[in-house]
Amino acid sequence: MKLVFEKSVKDRQGFKLPDTDVPSAGALKETYLRKTDAALPEMSELDVVRHFTQLSQRNFSVDANFYPLGSCTMKYNPKFTEKVAAMPGFADLHPLLPQLKGGERYAQGALEVLYESERWLSMITGMKAFTMQPLAGAHGELTGIMLMAAYHKAKGNKKKIVIIPDSAHGTNPASAAVAGYEIVTIPSDKKGGMDIEKLKSVLSDEVAGLMVTSPDTYGVFNPQIDEIARLIHSVDGIMYYDGANLNAILGRARPGDLGFDVVHVNLHKTFATPHGGGGPGSGPVGVGEKLEKFLPVSRVTKDALGVYALNYDGPDSIGYIASFYGAFGVILKAYAYMLLLGGDGLKETSAHAVLNANYLLSRLKGAYYLPFDRVCMHECLFSASRQAERGVHAIDIAKFLIDKKVHPPTVYFPLTVKEAIMIEPTETESKETLDVFVELMLEADELTRKDPGAFKSFPTTMPIFRPDETKAARELKVNYFASNA
Amino acid sequence: MNPFIANTPDDTRAMLDAIGVKSIDELFADIQPRHAPRSFDLPKGLSEFEVTSKLNTLALKNSVGPVPFIGGGYYDHYVPAACGALISRGEFYTAYTPYQPEAAQGTLQSLFEFQSAMCTLTGMDVSNASLYEGGTALYEAMMMAIRITGRTRIVMDGGVSPIYRKLIKSYTHNLHFEFVEAPLLHGQSDRALLKKLVDDKTAAVILQNPNFFGAIDDHTDIVTTAHASGALVIESVYPVSLGMLKTPGEMGVDIATGEGQSLGLPLNFGGPYLGFITTRKKFIRQMPGRIVGETVDSAGNRCFVNTLQAREQHIRREKATSNVCTNVALCAIQAVIFMTLIGKQGLKKLARLNYDKAEFLKAQLVKIPGVQVKTSAPTFNEFTVCLPVNANDVIERMMHLGFAAGFPLGRYYDGLDKYLLVAVTEKRTKDEMLAYAEVLGRVVKELQ
Repeated sequence: MKLVFEKSVKDRQGFKLPDTDVPSAGALKETYLRKTDAALPEMSELDVVRHFTQLSQRNFSVDANFYPLGSCTMKYNPKFTEKVAAMPGFADLHPLLPQLKGGERYAQGALEVLYESERWLSMITGMKAFTMQPLAGAHGELTGIMLMAAYHKAKGNKKKIVIIPDSAHGTNPASAAVAGYEIVTIPSDKKGGMDIEKLKSVLSDEVAGLMVTSPDTYGVFNPQIDEIARLIHSVDGIMYYDGANLNAILGRARPGDLGFDVVHVNLHKTFATPHGGGGPGSGPVGVGEKLEKFLPVSRVTKDALGVYALNYDGPDSIGYIASFYGAFGVILKAYAYMLLLGGDGLKETSAHAVLNANYLLSRLKGAYYLPFDRVCMHECLFSASRQAERGVHAIDIAKFLIDKKVHPPTVYFPLTVKEAIMIEPTETESKETLDVFVELMLEADELTRKDPGAFKSFPTTMPIFRPDETKAARELKVNYFASNA
Repeated sequence: MNPFIANTPDDTRAMLDAIGVKSIDELFADIQPRHAPRSFDLPKGLSEFEVTSKLNTLALKNSVGPVPFIGGGYYDHYVPAACGALISRGEFYTAYTPYQPEAAQGTLQSLFEFQSAMCTLTGMDVSNASLYEGGTALYEAMMMAIRITGRTRIVMDGGVSPIYRKLIKSYTHNLHFEFVEAPLLHGQSDRALLKKLVDDKTAAVILQNPNFFGAIDDHTDIVTTAHASGALVIESVYPVSLGMLKTPGEMGVDIATGEGQSLGLPLNFGGPYLGFITTRKKFIRQMPGRIVGETVDSAGNRCFVNTLQAREQHIRREKATSNVCTNVALCAIQAVIFMTLIGKQGLKKLARLNYDKAEFLKAQLVKIPGVQVKTSAPTFNEFTVCLPVNANDVIERMMHLGFAAGFPLGRYYDGLDKYLLVAVTEKRTKDEMLAYAEVLGRVVKELQ
């Protein structure tokens, strides 16, 4: 498809601005002015609408396709939450209003949403307090690690190591490194759990904390998690809970009760806010009592009369994590979702997320190798190792599924399992959808026996064939106006 | 009844049979009784109607009524209806990060168009596909300069947003960097001081244009000074102003960054917003975040993919250029839709409207006895006035009279209690501005 810049025709415009009702202020000194205009496209409104509508049709989406990406929780994003976020009383509210003297009274509704969201997430995760500021999961991780660092600094602890299992998301080590820590990686044991003996062998007074996802990225809840917490706490380390997989345990277990000191929650996973093609997300962070005083400012408070305010006084606070109070438009959607489901609905959410994943596991384990053959939580981890022996790799199966209009599962993650295929169906999919997916996966397996060569051409039903990713990196064209970088 | 779960009791039974267990609870056997929640005492769920009306009640408690003259980096621009309509397409907003390019050409091409538009807007060579927001984007730009130069001293111009500076202070608390600040002189960057402060240990000079107080500058000479010491220059810019103002590229800046909210995004009480970063092509490998690149498919047709992923956390883990994973793709798409609608001529006109209107209001305000503009530095659509009384008191009274009068600089600066930062966008009419000036005059007089 042509780019907007290629569709541009001089003197077209897609939006009508008001005529000026004030006299011209005259010219600024030339030194302050740009010499050439920005070469933005010139198109009529219809042509813009058609361009982006046609582009949107070149995407798979939860609204149109089954999207069982492991670790991403691609559940349905309820439409009413979009309506709530667009209410003018929220969407048009200036973030600096409550920072005026006495200005909180102009934003009582918005502050209540923040306060109540914090309270709900605290109850769900068993933490003492939350900050809604972090703008994505990785941003929440960084916040959590900064809280960890502040705790150790305040206690005079000399800590420099953060322990992370090898099955963790890449953001975990990256976030800890950005905050200035060294990373020690713990391998998984044969059942896919953390190797506790290995953990013991790296424990020392230099350990600042441990970052884990529970259930882990193999889709397994580690029953020894409380023992792990005890070990980490024995060296005054902090237990960090990566909430990427929280959708599995709502109402069944709470990180706070399991011994975690700090958690982040991905509202765009567990709490059904849209992924937006890669954001905006939201990664609120909850803490237990020992980290509470370090939380970012501002904090939202509520007095005895039910009046909300922003508190910027935090002598021990790590400071500002975002410019304002978080991805407010996203938080609103998650809050609306929690209100609609309530405690029982949230518990039911996990029940069916886990049921759906186990159903897929039981239906597919004949055809695909299961590295850890056991009940799973909200996602099941297969390997295409048998198919790979026939020359068909996980990526080829992914492209076969794309050809059939199903978004593939996550492939090649976790990095510790060869030919990994990680499937997370979520609770919002019906048995019929899961059955269609099973049939496709079995058909793919069948094809690996009959005609493995056929896979190289998939997909053929999409707007493009397989792209040349090497050329993209080698020639580096990232800007229409530039010659190759 | 849960409208987001399809499994009926019959489905559930059939699935449990296929799995070979008797109940859903059996699937949770790893979570042992000792792991059970100490409490899970959450309210009962509500209907869609009940939730919507509850939240509408809360929305109505917020004051979006008073005519807004507040900016501070976040502006009340008009958002064309087509922006909202297009990003409300489920194909855009319910998609994941475009890791499977065949199934994500819509997102990928839109982001490539966004990158290209940001490059021509800022006059730079390359752009990423967005970062969280303006403040975190400035932090990422600073880290990028530190990686490129291998130096850790940062010279911060006094015109940089105090919000961004507080944010950077939090992020760098444990990282042993040296920060030196160069206070403004007559409202603009202090050349002589900057020249003194930039040395061969300096990684970057961080500037903002227009600066937080509204003043416009041409930083070309500062770039020359910095480059002579091997330091980079980072400039945080306001995209709408680039419809008129000299670009970071024209000034020779190395990394341009900023908040993209003004490009068709609602104010949303602080987010989601749009951080952007553009730079010289030689620095692309040190740029954080996702980057979309052009390539061809196996039939030779042009298409788009995420590229240079070897910089990123999912490949490089602790050695990545940044821990950023999610960006704000949908906000970037909204921004490129906005830029496409407004177009080349429209952006110029929009910038001019903002400038002319702000100048008009400024001229009205300085007629009020005791109200002054203290510097002769030119401004774009926001300017600082010095009042004869405390700015907070003025704001409070004017709020009751139907105006969000501006932002009190005393909130972030000692000794500036009488200073008010006033923003004007294309949405403010002449009548609103005349009424504002009249009411401000009255309130100032009452308070004296």
